[in-house]
Amino acid sequence: MIIGGFLSLVTAFGLLRLPDVYTRNHAASKSATLGVMSILLATFLYFYLEHGHFNSRLILAIIFIFVTAPVAGHLISRAAYNSGVKLWDKSVRDDLKDKEEYERQNSST
Amino acid sequence: MLYTILQITLLCVSLSMLGLIYRVIKGPTTPDRVVALDAIGINLIAIVALVSMVLDTFAFLEVILLLGILAFLGTVAFSKFLEKGEIIERDRDH
Repeated sequence: MIIGGFLSLVTAFGLLRLPDVYTRNHAASKSATLGVMSILLATFLYFYLEHGHFNSRLILAIIFIFVTAPVAGHLISRAAYNSGVKLWDKSVRDDLKDKEEYERQNSST
Repeated sequence: MLYTILQITLLCVSLSMLGLIYRVIKGPTTPDRVVALDAIGINLIAIVALVSMVLDTFAFLEVILLLGILAFLGTVAFSKFLEKGEIIERDRDH
Protein backbone atom coordinates (compact mmCIF):
# COMPACT_ATOMS: atom_id res chain seq x y z
CA MET A 1 0.00 0.00 0.00
CA ILE A 2 2.85 2.35 0.83
CA ILE A 3 4.45 1.26 -2.43
CA GLY A 4 1.24 2.13 -4.25
CA GLY A 5 1.05 5.58 -2.76
CA PHE A 6 4.71 6.21 -3.44
CA LEU A 7 4.36 5.07 -7.04
CA SER A 8 1.40 7.31 -7.68
CA LEU A 9 3.41 10.19 -6.25
CA VAL A 10 6.20 9.26 -8.65
CA THR A 11 3.61 9.38 -11.43
CA ALA A 12 2.60 12.89 -10.61
CA PHE A 13 6.20 14.01 -10.35
CA GLY A 14 6.99 12.46 -13.70
CA LEU A 15 4.00 14.12 -15.28
CA LEU A 16 5.12 17.47 -13.95
CA ARG A 17 8.77 17.18 -14.85
CA LEU A 18 9.19 15.29 -18.10
CA PRO A 19 9.63 17.31 -21.26
CA ASP A 20 7.20 15.95 -23.89
CA VAL A 21 4.07 13.90 -24.36
CA TYR A 22 5.75 10.57 -24.91
CA THR A 23 7.93 10.54 -21.82
CA ARG A 24 5.00 11.76 -19.75
CA ASN A 25 2.89 8.96 -21.17
CA HIS A 26 5.64 6.53 -20.23
CA ALA A 27 5.58 7.74 -16.63
CA ALA A 28 1.81 7.80 -16.38
CA SER A 29 1.02 4.43 -17.86
CA LYS A 30 3.64 2.36 -16.07
CA SER A 31 3.98 3.69 -12.57
CA ALA A 32 0.29 4.53 -12.16
CA THR A 33 -0.66 1.02 -13.25
CA LEU A 34 1.72 -0.68 -10.89
CA GLY A 35 0.77 1.64 -8.02
CA VAL A 36 -2.95 1.05 -8.39
CA MET A 37 -2.41 -2.68 -8.78
CA SER A 38 -0.51 -2.81 -5.51
CA ILE A 39 -3.16 -0.71 -3.75
CA LEU A 40 -5.90 -3.01 -5.02
CA LEU A 41 -3.90 -6.05 -3.93
CA ALA A 42 -3.60 -4.51 -0.47
CA THR A 43 -7.36 -3.95 -0.38
CA PHE A 44 -8.00 -7.52 -1.42
CA LEU A 45 -5.65 -8.88 1.25
CA TYR A 46 -7.22 -6.59 3.87
CA PHE A 47 -10.74 -7.83 3.23
CA TYR A 48 -9.60 -11.42 2.92
CA LEU A 49 -7.57 -11.48 6.12
CA GLU A 50 -9.72 -9.25 8.31
CA HIS A 51 -13.15 -10.43 7.26
CA GLY A 52 -12.60 -13.72 5.48
CA HIS A 53 -14.39 -12.20 2.53
CA PHE A 54 -13.03 -13.40 -0.79
CA ASN A 55 -13.77 -10.65 -3.23
CA SER A 56 -13.38 -11.81 -6.80
CA ARG A 57 -14.23 -8.40 -8.23
CA LEU A 58 -10.98 -6.95 -6.91
CA ILE A 59 -8.96 -9.66 -8.63
CA LEU A 60 -10.92 -9.01 -11.80
CA ALA A 61 -10.19 -5.30 -11.47
CA ILE A 62 -6.46 -5.98 -10.99
CA ILE A 63 -6.35 -8.14 -14.11
CA PHE A 64 -8.41 -5.63 -16.06
CA ILE A 65 -6.16 -2.69 -15.16
CA PHE A 66 -3.08 -4.76 -15.91
CA VAL A 67 -4.41 -5.54 -19.37
CA THR A 68 -5.97 -2.23 -20.37
CA ALA A 69 -3.73 0.53 -19.01
CA PRO A 70 -0.76 -0.23 -21.30
CA VAL A 71 -3.14 -0.52 -24.24
CA ALA A 72 -4.58 2.88 -23.43
CA GLY A 73 -1.10 4.33 -23.15
CA HIS A 74 -0.15 2.89 -26.52
CA LEU A 75 -3.28 4.25 -28.19
CA ILE A 76 -2.77 7.74 -26.81
CA SER A 77 0.87 7.75 -27.79
CA ARG A 78 0.10 6.65 -31.33
CA ALA A 79 -2.69 9.20 -31.64
CA ALA A 80 -0.33 11.89 -30.45
CA TYR A 81 2.26 10.90 -33.02
CA ASN A 82 -0.20 10.72 -35.87
CA SER A 83 -1.79 14.03 -35.03
CA GLY A 84 1.60 15.65 -35.37
CA VAL A 85 2.79 16.41 -31.87
CA LYS A 86 6.48 17.25 -31.91
CA LEU A 87 9.01 15.15 -30.07
CA TRP A 88 11.31 16.61 -27.48
CA ASP A 89 13.87 18.75 -29.26
CA LYS A 90 16.75 16.74 -27.77
CA SER A 91 15.50 13.46 -29.20
CA VAL A 92 18.10 11.69 -31.29
CA ARG A 93 16.25 9.49 -33.69
CA ASP A 94 12.77 9.31 -35.10
CA ASP A 95 12.22 6.10 -36.96
CA LEU A 96 8.72 6.89 -38.15
CA LYS A 97 9.58 10.25 -39.67
CA ASP A 98 10.38 8.99 -43.15
CA LYS A 99 7.75 6.29 -43.23
CA GLU A 100 6.10 7.68 -46.34
CA GLU A 101 9.41 7.76 -48.19
CA TYR A 102 10.02 4.18 -47.17
CA GLU A 103 6.65 3.06 -48.43
CA ARG A 104 7.19 4.86 -51.72
CA GLN A 105 10.49 3.08 -52.24
CA ASN A 106 8.93 -0.27 -51.48
CA SER A 107 6.06 0.25 -53.86
CA SER A 108 8.37 1.36 -56.69
CA THR A 109 10.63 -1.70 -56.48
CA MET B 1 -1.21 1.61 12.71
CA LEU B 2 -3.15 0.55 9.66
CA TYR B 3 -5.25 3.68 9.92
CA THR B 4 -2.13 5.84 9.87
CA ILE B 5 -0.79 4.02 6.82
CA LEU B 6 -4.14 4.46 5.11
CA GLN B 7 -4.12 8.18 5.77
CA ILE B 8 -0.55 8.59 4.53
CA THR B 9 -1.39 6.71 1.35
CA LEU B 10 -4.52 8.77 0.81
CA LEU B 11 -2.41 11.89 1.20
CA CYS B 12 0.07 10.63 -1.40
CA VAL B 13 -2.66 9.78 -3.89
CA SER B 14 -4.34 13.14 -3.36
CA LEU B 15 -1.07 14.97 -3.96
CA SER B 16 -0.58 12.96 -7.12
CA MET B 17 -4.07 13.90 -8.28
CA LEU B 18 -3.25 17.54 -7.67
CA GLY B 19 -0.20 17.20 -9.90
CA LEU B 20 -2.28 15.50 -12.58
CA ILE B 21 -4.91 18.25 -12.42
CA TYR B 22 -2.14 20.80 -12.90
CA ARG B 23 -1.10 18.88 -16.02
CA VAL B 24 -4.70 18.80 -17.27
CA ILE B 25 -5.03 22.56 -16.87
CA LYS B 26 -1.64 23.58 -18.22
CA GLY B 27 -0.76 20.73 -20.63
CA PRO B 28 0.36 22.22 -23.93
CA THR B 29 -1.22 19.61 -26.21
CA THR B 30 -4.44 17.63 -26.19
CA PRO B 31 -2.83 14.16 -25.79
CA ASP B 32 -1.17 15.50 -22.65
CA ARG B 33 -4.53 16.26 -21.16
CA VAL B 34 -5.92 12.88 -22.18
CA VAL B 35 -2.97 11.07 -20.60
CA ALA B 36 -3.43 13.05 -17.40
CA LEU B 37 -7.17 12.36 -17.34
CA ASP B 38 -6.53 8.65 -17.79
CA ALA B 39 -4.10 8.69 -14.90
CA ILE B 40 -6.65 10.64 -12.83
CA GLY B 41 -9.20 7.90 -13.48
CA ILE B 42 -6.72 5.27 -12.39
CA ASN B 43 -5.87 7.26 -9.26
CA LEU B 44 -9.57 7.58 -8.54
CA ILE B 45 -9.72 3.78 -8.46
CA ALA B 46 -6.99 3.81 -5.84
CA ILE B 47 -8.85 6.41 -3.80
CA VAL B 48 -12.07 4.38 -3.90
CA ALA B 49 -10.18 1.28 -2.74
CA LEU B 50 -8.55 3.18 0.11
CA VAL B 51 -11.82 4.78 1.21
CA SER B 52 -13.54 1.41 1.20
CA MET B 53 -10.80 0.22 3.54
CA VAL B 54 -11.23 3.28 5.76
CA LEU B 55 -15.00 2.82 5.94
CA ASP B 56 -14.57 -0.97 6.26
CA THR B 57 -17.28 -1.90 3.79
CA PHE B 58 -17.54 -4.12 0.73
CA ALA B 59 -20.08 -1.93 -0.96
CA PHE B 60 -17.74 0.15 -3.09
CA LEU B 61 -15.79 -2.63 -4.73
CA GLU B 62 -17.99 -2.74 -7.81
CA VAL B 63 -17.21 0.93 -8.33
CA ILE B 64 -13.53 0.04 -8.77
CA LEU B 65 -14.17 -2.29 -11.68
CA LEU B 66 -16.66 0.14 -13.20
CA LEU B 67 -14.20 3.05 -13.02
CA GLY B 68 -11.50 0.94 -14.62
CA ILE B 69 -13.73 0.08 -17.55
CA LEU B 70 -14.95 3.65 -17.96
CA ALA B 71 -11.44 5.12 -17.88
CA PHE B 72 -10.29 2.66 -20.53
CA LEU B 73 -13.30 3.35 -22.77
CA GLY B 74 -12.87 7.10 -22.47
CA THR B 75 -9.20 6.92 -23.34
CA VAL B 76 -9.81 4.72 -26.36
CA ALA B 77 -12.58 7.01 -27.60
CA PHE B 78 -10.42 10.10 -27.21
CA SER B 79 -7.46 8.57 -28.98
CA LYS B 80 -9.64 7.48 -31.88
CA PHE B 81 -11.01 10.98 -32.06
CA LEU B 82 -7.52 12.50 -32.08
CA GLU B 83 -6.31 10.11 -34.72
CA LYS B 84 -9.17 9.96 -37.19
CA GLY B 85 -11.40 12.89 -36.37
CA GLU B 86 -14.40 10.73 -35.57
CA ILE B 87 -15.09 8.06 -33.01
CA ILE B 88 -17.41 5.63 -34.78
CA GLU B 89 -16.59 5.63 -38.43
CA ARG B 90 -18.77 4.43 -41.25
CA ASP B 91 -17.24 1.77 -43.41
CA ARG B 92 -19.47 2.00 -46.44
CA ASP B 93 -20.45 5.32 -47.86
CA HIS B 94 -22.78 4.14 -50.61
